[in-house]
Amino acid sequence: MNLSLLGPEIVLGVIAVIIVLLDLVVQKKGILAAVGVAGVLIAALVNGWLPMEPAKYAFDKMLVSDSFTVLFNFAFLGIAGLVILSSVDYAKKFRRSQGEYYALVLLSTAGMMLMASTRELISIYIALELTSISLYVLAAFLRDGKSSEAGLKYMLLGALSSAVLLYGMALIFGLTGTTQLDQIASSITVAKAIGQSALILATVLLVAGFGFKIAMVPFQMWAPDVYEGAPTPITAFLSVGSKAAGFAVILRVFNISLGHEGFVDWQTIFAILAVLTMTIGNVVALVQSNVKRLLAYSSIAQAGYVLVGVVATSNSSQFAASGVIFFLLGYALTNLGAFIAIIAISEKTGNDEIAGYSGMARRAPGLALALAFCLISLTGIPPTVGFVGKFYLFSSAVEAGWVWLVIIGLINSAISAYYYVRVLKIMYLGAAPSEEGVKASAPVVTALGLSLVGVLIAGIYPGPLFQWVEAAARSLIG
Amino acid sequence: MPYLTIITFLPLVGAIAIALLLKRDDARGIKWVAAGFSLVTFLLSLVLVFLFKTNDPMLQAQFVERANWISVGQFKVEYFLGVDGLSLPMVILTTLLGFLAVLISWKISLRPKEYFSLLLVLETGVLGVFTSLDFFLFFLFWEVELVPMFLLIGIWGSGRREYSAMKFLIYTIVGSAFMLAGILWLYFASSPNTFDMIALGQGSVKEGANLIFLLLFIGFAIKLPMVPFHTWLPDAHSDAPTAVSVMLAGVLLKMGGYGIIRICVTILPDAAKYFAPALLILAVIGVLYGAAVTMVQKDLKRLIAYSSVSHMGYVLLGVAALTKIGLVGAVLQMFTHGTITGLLFMVVGLIYDRTHTRQIPELTGGLAQRMPVIAAVFTVAGLASLGLPALSGFVAELLVFIGVYEKYQLAAILGASGIVLTAGYILWMLQRVFFGEFNPKWSDLTDAVTVERVAVFTMVVVIVLVGVAPAVVLNMVNTAVPTIMARLGS
Repeated sequence: MNLSLLGPEIVLGVIAVIIVLLDLVVQKKGILAAVGVAGVLIAALVNGWLPMEPAKYAFDKMLVSDSFTVLFNFAFLGIAGLVILSSVDYAKKFRRSQGEYYALVLLSTAGMMLMASTRELISIYIALELTSISLYVLAAFLRDGKSSEAGLKYMLLGALSSAVLLYGMALIFGLTGTTQLDQIASSITVAKAIGQSALILATVLLVAGFGFKIAMVPFQMWAPDVYEGAPTPITAFLSVGSKAAGFAVILRVFNISLGHEGFVDWQTIFAILAVLTMTIGNVVALVQSNVKRLLAYSSIAQAGYVLVGVVATSNSSQFAASGVIFFLLGYALTNLGAFIAIIAISEKTGNDEIAGYSGMARRAPGLALALAFCLISLTGIPPTVGFVGKFYLFSSAVEAGWVWLVIIGLINSAISAYYYVRVLKIMYLGAAPSEEGVKASAPVVTALGLSLVGVLIAGIYPGPLFQWVEAAARSLIG
Repeated sequence: MPYLTIITFLPLVGAIAIALLLKRDDARGIKWVAAGFSLVTFLLSLVLVFLFKTNDPMLQAQFVERANWISVGQFKVEYFLGVDGLSLPMVILTTLLGFLAVLISWKISLRPKEYFSLLLVLETGVLGVFTSLDFFLFFLFWEVELVPMFLLIGIWGSGRREYSAMKFLIYTIVGSAFMLAGILWLYFASSPNTFDMIALGQGSVKEGANLIFLLLFIGFAIKLPMVPFHTWLPDAHSDAPTAVSVMLAGVLLKMGGYGIIRICVTILPDAAKYFAPALLILAVIGVLYGAAVTMVQKDLKRLIAYSSVSHMGYVLLGVAALTKIGLVGAVLQMFTHGTITGLLFMVVGLIYDRTHTRQIPELTGGLAQRMPVIAAVFTVAGLASLGLPALSGFVAELLVFIGVYEKYQLAAILGASGIVLTAGYILWMLQRVFFGEFNPKWSDLTDAVTVERVAVFTMVVVIVLVGVAPAVVLNMVNTAVPTIMARLGS
């Protein structure tokens, strides 16, 4: 038993418990956030010590530590850190149970990290549930009408999708007699001979189950309502953390276990779903008037772009895998930045209507500029990470021969420019209803500054990040 | 000395300096800093003209700077700058207009800090397009220009400025989407697999060349703009502030023409030959349709905007002929159109500042009596635009027609008839606005002030210079054309 490979997750678990206990004694709730950030930093430190090459296994190969694991762990920890920082002011709305809030964020993060670091179906399922159940609670944390609805809706649909997923996993197990991804791969020829239709059904169920987690069309219905109702930092967390974790699992499961030799034509399924996801996400986003709903649909569309890359990985393409990973990291950074800016602005305007952002460039030049850069990055305009990510992701898809899919993706990205720039337009061209400035607190400014610097640096000099991403892709598709 | 890096990024440095160091209400300081940075950029680009070697046609690009930038697996991007006879005139045009755009904006009082920063960022974006030789870098700069332009039209424009700004953005970004698909496909279809535009211009494309050509061409044709993708241009122009119109007509449209020659024709010569007849037809339609629509315009800026559609049609005409003289003419036409139309927009801006209208019926008449300098400059620019000999427009258009006539007589004749229409609308417009019976309501108007005179006289000097001694530009252009002709196999 090599318990050390579980180090970062253990740290998060322990810190989560400490925070809950601390909550009982401290009066200044800011301390809880500070402990949370400290916990994230310690976990990151531990994560830095994990073995990468060659990969190490633990718990009968249920857990793997390779470059992929380590990179995704860093990403989730970074996301968690920024979410906690941006929650410091927002958490005052919760009055009680701030401790539980931070603890749940950490536990959910631990779940996401496990999702990226396992190669076995049952542990994937458990990790997924750890993530999701924490998020169900977090979504309902405001305890008002919309937030409760968000939590309940998320839980009911989430439970349904988990059942679907479990059913697919059970079928795979029945056909292959194993839950280890690499062993599934080696016995899949036999499985196909026994029951081809069962294998297809299993694949479809897996696609549906994971599709729910990444809000892929036609399993995206929950996303806008949940994103709108949940506390904004949690919306941010959902839209990047949970999505990245979902894709990490998809990359592992479909590339390792279902193989590349066309046993099941999963790439075609994903190609069609990618088109639907991009198009529906973008078109519906055009008419949104609430900024959180806008970003909800935008994140559905972004998931569509990632799916284009996932399709391209079907040729065992390391290029495509690194495209997906880089894009995901860039998207996470950018979307977090956008949400953090929104948290700060909405704090002042009192609601999330886009109309309220009118003239924000005059009232809060810094926040508006940061949000503008994030929106530009989401559109895929340089000098931002969104541009590099989109360029790289789509080029890998072209290399794999999916030119038509890339053209649809690019047209979609042109459509998306309209609604992203609309927010920009309102902020810069609209008249300010009042000259009163909008100030953000120090933790929020720190979080926003960090993500903005990341967006710009990775957009101008992405080389070092690419080296990491490439190593992760190598360990995924060896 | 890394001339091109300095030239390309100096305006950006200026923009950052303005944004960080100067106070919001220090309009004077902001203007001087902007003028200083853009002037130094212009002077540096003139240095390039003297250092440029025109006697070595085998030289692919000069002032080359290369460095590894992104290298992951088979995906290699370089920081690769260089200019040749095709891009150097465009660089000079950009730096010249960039400087004059600052001068012509001297009276801007609304949010000057943001205005001048964005104007300088815009200049860096356009310069980057003309100096990059790596396709990734090229596309990056191509996109960088979008947001500043959007904001410049949207905030400082007039009329339906938000609508026009959005229309500009959407048109361009749709074009970019097709272009990016073309770039990526080209990367994998070509041998060698590279973003190096020089190497691509020497290599070959294995498959799908025609489709790649179309994807790339759509992106450039929207920018040019080619009929029927031109409708964003009149809107953007009529609502943009003066200096932005100058930049838009003067250099942004040239990005389209430059892209067609540098990329579509040079990298995909066979596809270019395949599509040449179609392009020729579209070009002739553009020339004639643009000119016909110009005739009926009542708004001065819309009038010049439509005349741009017509004149950029000549660029496409010269390129589509795929002859040596046609190409030289096309490049020269881009340069001269940049100066002439830039000047026309400047003068219209000066008139608008004073009369607060751009409607020709309201402006009628006799403005020349109160503003003789403006009237004289406008007349020179108008005559240059209609192709009067000894002014720059004549040489360029003549070359285009000769180049086209070699291969397609009918197209040349039809295209040349556009000149007649041009003469019609220009002279009619001059007559209505400046001459004729004096309208007493204009008795309080004043003529151009010193800063404005510096700006417009500089342009007049360039127009006359290129008209009398076209060799100053042609010597540069001539070094680039043999390489392209060799690619076309003739």
